[in-house]
Amino acid sequence: MKPLGWAILLSLAAVLAFLLSIRLGAEPLTTAEVLAALRGEGDVNVGLIIRELRAPRAVMAILVGGGLSLSGAVFQALLRNPLAEPYILGISGGAAMGAVTALALGLTASLAWALPTAAFAGALIAILLVLKVASAADRRVDVRVLLLAGVVVGAFFTAGMSFVLSISDARTVRTAVLWMMGSLASSDWSSVWMVALYSLPAAIVLLSLARSLNLLAIGEETAGYLGANVERVKLVAYVLASLLTAAGVAATGVIGFVGLIVPHSVRLSVGADYRVLLPLSFLAGAVFLTLADILARTVFPITLNSPTEVPIGVITAFVGVPLFLVLLRRSVGDRTGTGVGS
Amino acid sequence: MSTESPGPAGPEEPSATKVAGLPNKTEPTESPALEATELSVHYPAAPTPALDSVSMIVPNGSFYAVLGPNGSGKSTLLRALLGMVSLSAGRAHVSGRLVSQWDRRALAREVGVVTQSESVAFPMTVRELVAMGRYPHLGALQSETPADRDAISAAMRMCDVEELAHRFLSTLSGGELQRARVARAFAQEPKLLVLDEPTASLDIRHEMEILELLRISADDGMTIFLITHHLDLAARFADRLLLLDRGEVAAEGGPGEVLQEETLQRVYGWPISVSNDPATGLPRVTPLSSSR
Repeated sequence: MKPLGWAILLSLAAVLAFLLSIRLGAEPLTTAEVLAALRGEGDVNVGLIIRELRAPRAVMAILVGGGLSLSGAVFQALLRNPLAEPYILGISGGAAMGAVTALALGLTASLAWALPTAAFAGALIAILLVLKVASAADRRVDVRVLLLAGVVVGAFFTAGMSFVLSISDARTVRTAVLWMMGSLASSDWSSVWMVALYSLPAAIVLLSLARSLNLLAIGEETAGYLGANVERVKLVAYVLASLLTAAGVAATGVIGFVGLIVPHSVRLSVGADYRVLLPLSFLAGAVFLTLADILARTVFPITLNSPTEVPIGVITAFVGVPLFLVLLRRSVGDRTGTGVGS
Repeated sequence: MSTESPGPAGPEEPSATKVAGLPNKTEPTESPALEATELSVHYPAAPTPALDSVSMIVPNGSFYAVLGPNGSGKSTLLRALLGMVSLSAGRAHVSGRLVSQWDRRALAREVGVVTQSESVAFPMTVRELVAMGRYPHLGALQSETPADRDAISAAMRMCDVEELAHRFLSTLSGGELQRARVARAFAQEPKLLVLDEPTASLDIRHEMEILELLRISADDGMTIFLITHHLDLAARFADRLLLLDRGEVAAEGGPGEVLQEETLQRVYGWPISVSNDPATGLPRVTPLSSSR
């Protein structure tokens, strides 16, 4: 199928997933009720559920799923490493450290925005630290050093988080562990706006870097000879993909696998041209996370006795990994280059 | 405008028209394609400089070959001329303009480069690789125009990779990949083509095809800067040779001037005989055995 065909298909899928997402949930609604509520008619309570709970949550799934996939695809080109994903450079460690500290200090009980703010701050500290280590005196960034620095900084923050958890009470530990597996349950319009504010501009600039990212895939020196401003592209790609990830993590926790599996699946389907790969990864990630979120809150009926949803990170792994393995298995047959392993 | 003025601040427009059919290598009316003025490069932590005060001029439309043993500074000279390493001293000019003043995209429209090797991180077809040669001609979101597609197919035809268009790079032989990379440089439609040992992995036929293609391009007005280990072939195809030895210029000039027995023996540290090849009438370099 041509890239345009995929784009249309995925856009339609995104709209359907969005509508499905606001229809399904703990309170089952009919399509008629949903449509009435979207027009601002019908039952007041139904309208409230849709406008204040489900719609922001569905929008958040689109933003975060698209953002994580886009950012994963960018990191794979930047680091020239198919194993790269949005959290590889220590963002999840930094964010988790921030979030857990806020939880342990009890800040989250009184201030609703304390957790995302602390997580975002932790992620920013990790990003700046990694960048500082990886840039040489002449401000050139060595991506091999970037990768090592990111992994090590991430490990350090994870250790710090483990320490804080080890001296916390059981309730804090449980909240922290659930946060780390990710959830869209706390999405409201203000958090949606915050994520959109950070991620949409970053996403647009990253999309415009597609051609330079293609060049980076064939090596920095050759990329330079083909007109890429290599150092600037690396810096901008790193900072923006990191911000995109940090905004998502702050709002929804550490949702794994999306940023690794979705870009690779798209690459296996349409090839490695980033001009196609980046927008399709965003769309596919948005669809994937929206569907995963629907599963997360419908797979077990929520009752008063078991009021928790399945963590969305568990769903993305349980559904995403087998899907990805099927794609991978199929690709081994018809291509020599699979997109994983160079 | 009386004498050739390789002045560093030569204000002549690099785009001054190159009239087809007029051999401009005898009468340089514009700045030289490449010019090094006492160029030195010292890599950090290296005991000796990689390039030590090298001066040279590559006239427009000439076929210029750079020779020298491994580690003599050939690739460093290429990187220094094109602004890819920091200079410790000296100046490098491309088409009369300091290389540091070139915008990289504009430079990529002027100069096409085939480096020694590259590794591709993701699966890519030959067509996709060659199409990258058009990137410096396109805006960030602009797609290929018919002119771009023509340049791509012409380059693929010239380098004999048309039949490989939809093959993945990972399935190619070393020689096929090399031809695809040369095709990408031609797709850039540069005025100057710089190649670092492009025929190292090619068989006789494909090596000769590439060299003849380079010669024809030079005759058509393109400037060729070729790094090679093939002394005989350099003598046969190039107008001028530069022989580097441990970062310094050992000899520079026409093939007959540079390929001297005594010079080559000193530079390569090996007994060498230079004779006249009856088949081509050009110098033939024969390495002798070490016992001699």
